[in-house]
Amino acid sequence: MSKLFVPLDLSPRRALAVWQRNLKVWSRLAIPSLLGNLADPLIYLLGLGLGLGALLPQVQGVSYISFLATGTVAFSTMNAATFEALYSGFARAHQQKTWEAIMNAPLSLDDVLIGEVLWAATKSLFSGSAILLVITVFGLASWQHALMALPLVLLTGLCFAGIGFIATSLAPGYDFFMYWFTLFISPMAMLCGVFFPLEQLPAFIQGAALVLPLGHAIGAIRPLLLHGEVSGLWLHVLVLLSYALCGVAIARVLMRRRLLR
Amino acid sequence: MPLTVTDLHKSYGATEVVRGISFQLQPGECFALLGPNGAGKTTTLRCVLGHTEPSAGRIELCGLPVPARAREARVRVGVVPQNDSLDPDFTVTENLLVFARYFGIPATAARARVPDLLAFAGLEAKADAKVPTLSGGMKRRLTMARALVANPDLLIMDEPTTGLDPQARHLIWDRLKGLISQGKTLLLTTHFMDEAERLAHRIAILDRGQIIAMGTPREVIAEHIEPQVVEVFGEWAGHEGGAAAWAATHAAQFSSRFEVSGETAFCYVQDADVLLAHLAAQGGLRYLHRPANLEDVFLKLTGREMRDE
Ligand SMILES: Nc1ncnc2c1ncn2[C@@H]1O[C@H](COP(=O)(O)OP(=O)(O)OP(=O)(O)O)[C@@H](O)[C@H]1O
Ligand SMILES: [Mg+2]
Repeated sequence: MSKLFVPLDLSPRRALAVWQRNLKVWSRLAIPSLLGNLADPLIYLLGLGLGLGALLPQVQGVSYISFLATGTVAFSTMNAATFEALYSGFARAHQQKTWEAIMNAPLSLDDVLIGEVLWAATKSLFSGSAILLVITVFGLASWQHALMALPLVLLTGLCFAGIGFIATSLAPGYDFFMYWFTLFISPMAMLCGVFFPLEQLPAFIQGAALVLPLGHAIGAIRPLLLHGEVSGLWLHVLVLLSYALCGVAIARVLMRRRLLR
Repeated sequence: MPLTVTDLHKSYGATEVVRGISFQLQPGECFALLGPNGAGKTTTLRCVLGHTEPSAGRIELCGLPVPARAREARVRVGVVPQNDSLDPDFTVTENLLVFARYFGIPATAARARVPDLLAFAGLEAKADAKVPTLSGGMKRRLTMARALVANPDLLIMDEPTTGLDPQARHLIWDRLKGLISQGKTLLLTTHFMDEAERLAHRIAILDRGQIIAMGTPREVIAEHIEPQVVEVFGEWAGHEGGAAAWAATHAAQFSSRFEVSGETAFCYVQDADVLLAHLAAQGGLRYLHRPANLEDVFLKLTGREMRDE
């Protein structure tokens, strides 16, 4: 058995080469990919926002569609990062042996993994930005606030890319990812206030949003978009960052065990 | 030295799949690791490249200790892995360009190198084809071209011709000979004896994780086996049981060693004249006289039964 705990062997230039590889693949499909990423949240926004919103009074002092739209930014950023880390990541790490090929060049597993995490975060930033653009065009948030939210969107992407690669390093096949979505991603959407305020939930469940990463992503992004300020911003940032780092640290050990044994 | 492996061991759980192997590559030489399925060839190469940690032993690749500094050593090594790992999202040219970036080669320099690499692989006409549209032989050649992007001193190839038809194999051999004449050092694995005999300056036969013979193909043949082989087969006029029956009664008398496999008797001899005269006088028996080759050594040393089945 190879050593699992080895010092980090990372260079930004080499990780960037991995990131560039993925950007190159994405760039030729950029427009359909972005539209695809936009379609789902827009359907939610229009359907729920207009349909359900008409039935509802103001939520937390804003219209329901504003409430929902600001939650959707975090939600679809999470989804974009997760899909990239799980499905596309699995294809490259295991199925089409892209990682194996890259590691025959002078790159380490750390270079490849970090490059992939940064890429998945970047891709989720693209789709998060597209939704922000739509929201500002609809006048649901100001463009200044939308710009200020971009770093938080990127951080949200990093967080879910980092923990997503834990699933990718464990998955025997694509079917495994269904568990990740039904046991982790979808419940989180319900528990962390994407579609309705947390106060609607029983008190003992509300605590979940304090530990789940999506709760902190929404806790930071929504007030920033709606009001331009966030109480407890640094706590949210710290939690998201910790999830990202712990995710990468765990995925790194698991990937090493799987690929370099 | 391009590569020195000393007393390499590798275990997975309780099974030791590489059991103390040592060899050294001289600059400019082509060295072939021969072995049946599961012998430990790929595992040895993975250790050499730093993709897995040996259980024991020392490896020095391009003057650097492995695995400690494997990543730096790989700057000067080109690798053709056993399984296809070309990038299916890219065209032939893009595969080369993207791979060059992993070596830190600037885009302009990489682009300047592409025509040579395409010519080497005979893929000029396929420059803009997507990888999934290539034939097996083309993919292999592209993988070889990809291994050459950084102009390495040492090439490590795991079964470069497995799964290819004879035309495609000959084309690959041709390219490999070209690389050898350019002075590159090659380490390749194969289970084709003719391939090793044709290409390699030296070979090592690996079986169950151990090197059981090493040297130039001629040396290995001379050391382990009689120089001539007569294969006897067919019916034996006036006798039941054909070549096998003949072997049971006569082979020992005429050959230093013989083996019966299925319907054929393999007679290993120093001098075939007496045996051939005897066979010519027998009715029905057919026979083939040829010099001993590596395959004979291989079968003698590793046995005729299947592995990994
Ligand atoms: N990661 C692993 N875990 C457990 N056993 C392994 C692992 N990799 C290889 N082995 C075992 O080690 C032995 C040697 O395998 P290896 O792939 O090195 O053989 P090989 O000589 O390359 O064979 P082939 O000609 O089939 O490619 C086999 O019995 C194989 O099952
Ligand atoms: Mg092998």
